[in-house]
Amino acid sequence: MININVLKPNNANFQTYLYIGSGLIFISIFDVILRSFFNINFSNSLPGILNFFLPLIIGLIGFQMIRLEYSGNRIVDKINQSVNNNTFNAGLTLLIIFLTLLIIPPASNWMIFEATISGDTKEACVATEGACWTYIKVWFRRFMYGMYPNDFHWRINTAFIFLIGFAFVGYFMRGKLKNYITFYYAILYPIIAFLIINFLISGGSFGLEWVETNAWGGLSLTFIVSFFGLIFCFPLGMILALGRRSELPVIRYISIGYIEFWRGVPLITVLFMSSVMFPMFLPSDAFVDKLIRVIAAIILFEAAYVAEVIRGGLQALPRGQYDAAKSLGMGYWKMQIFVILPQALKLVIPGIANTFLALVKDTPLIFVVGLSEVVGMLQMAKTNPKWLGYAMEGYIFASILFWAICYAMSRYSQYLELKYKTER
Amino acid sequence: MSETIIQMKEVNKWFGNFQVLKDINLDVKEKQKIVVCGPSGSGKSTLIRCINRLEEHQKGQIIVDGNELSEKTKDIEKIRAEVGMVFQQFNLFPHLSILDNCTLAPIWVKKTPKKQAEELAMKQLEQVQIADQAAKFPGQLSGGQQQRAALARALCMEPKIMLFDEPTSALDPEMIKEVLDAMVNLAKAGMTMIVVTHEMGFAKEVADEVVFMDEGMIVERAKTKDFFANPKNERTKLFLSQIL
Repeated sequence: MININVLKPNNANFQTYLYIGSGLIFISIFDVILRSFFNINFSNSLPGILNFFLPLIIGLIGFQMIRLEYSGNRIVDKINQSVNNNTFNAGLTLLIIFLTLLIIPPASNWMIFEATISGDTKEACVATEGACWTYIKVWFRRFMYGMYPNDFHWRINTAFIFLIGFAFVGYFMRGKLKNYITFYYAILYPIIAFLIINFLISGGSFGLEWVETNAWGGLSLTFIVSFFGLIFCFPLGMILALGRRSELPVIRYISIGYIEFWRGVPLITVLFMSSVMFPMFLPSDAFVDKLIRVIAAIILFEAAYVAEVIRGGLQALPRGQYDAAKSLGMGYWKMQIFVILPQALKLVIPGIANTFLALVKDTPLIFVVGLSEVVGMLQMAKTNPKWLGYAMEGYIFASILFWAICYAMSRYSQYLELKYKTER
Repeated sequence: MSETIIQMKEVNKWFGNFQVLKDINLDVKEKQKIVVCGPSGSGKSTLIRCINRLEEHQKGQIIVDGNELSEKTKDIEKIRAEVGMVFQQFNLFPHLSILDNCTLAPIWVKKTPKKQAEELAMKQLEQVQIADQAAKFPGQLSGGQQQRAALARALCMEPKIMLFDEPTSALDPEMIKEVLDAMVNLAKAGMTMIVVTHEMGFAKEVADEVVFMDEGMIVERAKTKDFFANPKNERTKLFLSQIL
């Protein structure tokens, strides 16, 4: 005679509990699958609320029955430890499984099965309920290159290939050259990058037609703005962080003033000032390109944040490290460069990555000065009379782009953390 | 006859309102080994940290190897390069291997060629018997090994004076001996040493003189034998009766 007690499962009848419990969980999940994929509902006849929550109730009873401590079965123990240690967690687990199952059919229908990608006009999309990827296809070049003339897109592509190529040069620096690796990335590479972009994308010499920065746009502009923002705000932030901890009052107060000022104003007003107010202060014949002004504004702004992140790392180092470096006869700069900064920067890799991700996602704000990177182009495209009503597809496309860029950066920062980990 | 290498005259130091050092007078001759002892908070550490200006004194005179230490001292780095220091918490650089810890300062401060610096470092690491750990990082070594590495790192600068700030206080009992052995060897080689420590066995074996400090003052200074055999001051007697 097997004695089954639903509220108090015991190890004696483990097999029975396992069969009944997993069976109930299976039924609850199967029921949700039927409801969402096939629109079949077996418990129609039950009252509304009970009908709605039936799978959850069945699933919870199932989980309750397999909740046996130290059952000896590895899979069951694993489940009990991680997702089924109490009724609340079991409920959350079921809810997440159910929600995923409920979202998959409509989402995949809209995005894939009922979507259109054929044709070149809005008419191709009229017949269907699903997403209109035709819109993205038609506008793809605009989203990538902005208003940059179609015939010259190869110039942007070549420029980016060169930029990536030069970024890997450090990888091949061996032996004596290795000593110059920091110099290369901190000073030489930004100059090379500027020259490549100046001659290839901007043009105006070597028989390449000049394209004004107003025409630049799309994802390539996102990359250009983020790229220069990242490589320049880092060293500037580092100097500000050191300045804020300097023993010389003048340097310290200048750094504090700078950081607190730039952290106190919104980026959007800084960008606006850079394009509207700044030229008023210049002599009438002086001209600084709008894009350069905007990038400079972003660098100055983000450097304040980077400085505070790095300062956190500097403060985390024990005083003994300073003592040891000093007692070996190192001066301020040698101590900072060889002892303090390498440790502090290693500590703040997650914080720096955070700031850099924020910077990349802040770039769409440059629309306030009339520059349209990928989100800006999206705004333009969605208000185009021929393509009204497809904003959703555009935003999903932009989300995927930004997510991919940011996820790559995030993974890279995790790789760096592992690479520079020396303590065990 | 040996020269006086460290001279402290009427040295006073305050942390805020609290006076840590009161009228310290201390002469150290070349090749002399001096042990500084006393209860905690008596200013021993501050005293030796003043000698390489990790702490600044406010009144009095400190002369190290003919250079006076003050705000006007231009090349404080040069003086520090001649004064090695070993800390209670080792203070190795955790991001560098043991070998790099030892070669960093010789290469960048003394401009020794890299190869030469590495040879010297290996020699020093052999002296303290951890040459086989050279490629490891500090975090992978035991406390005793780390402290010996820190000693080797200081010696790589070929200093004239070595300061020890409670070098064995943070170590497990069985690791204390290996560090003390290394220090004894160094003393036998004729280094000028000032050691803040509670290891009275070490003091008896190595020190020429013992300095007893209490409440920021030097209470008693005597030849090692006399210090332990018949201490003059009451405070010293009490201290010795408690720790021996």
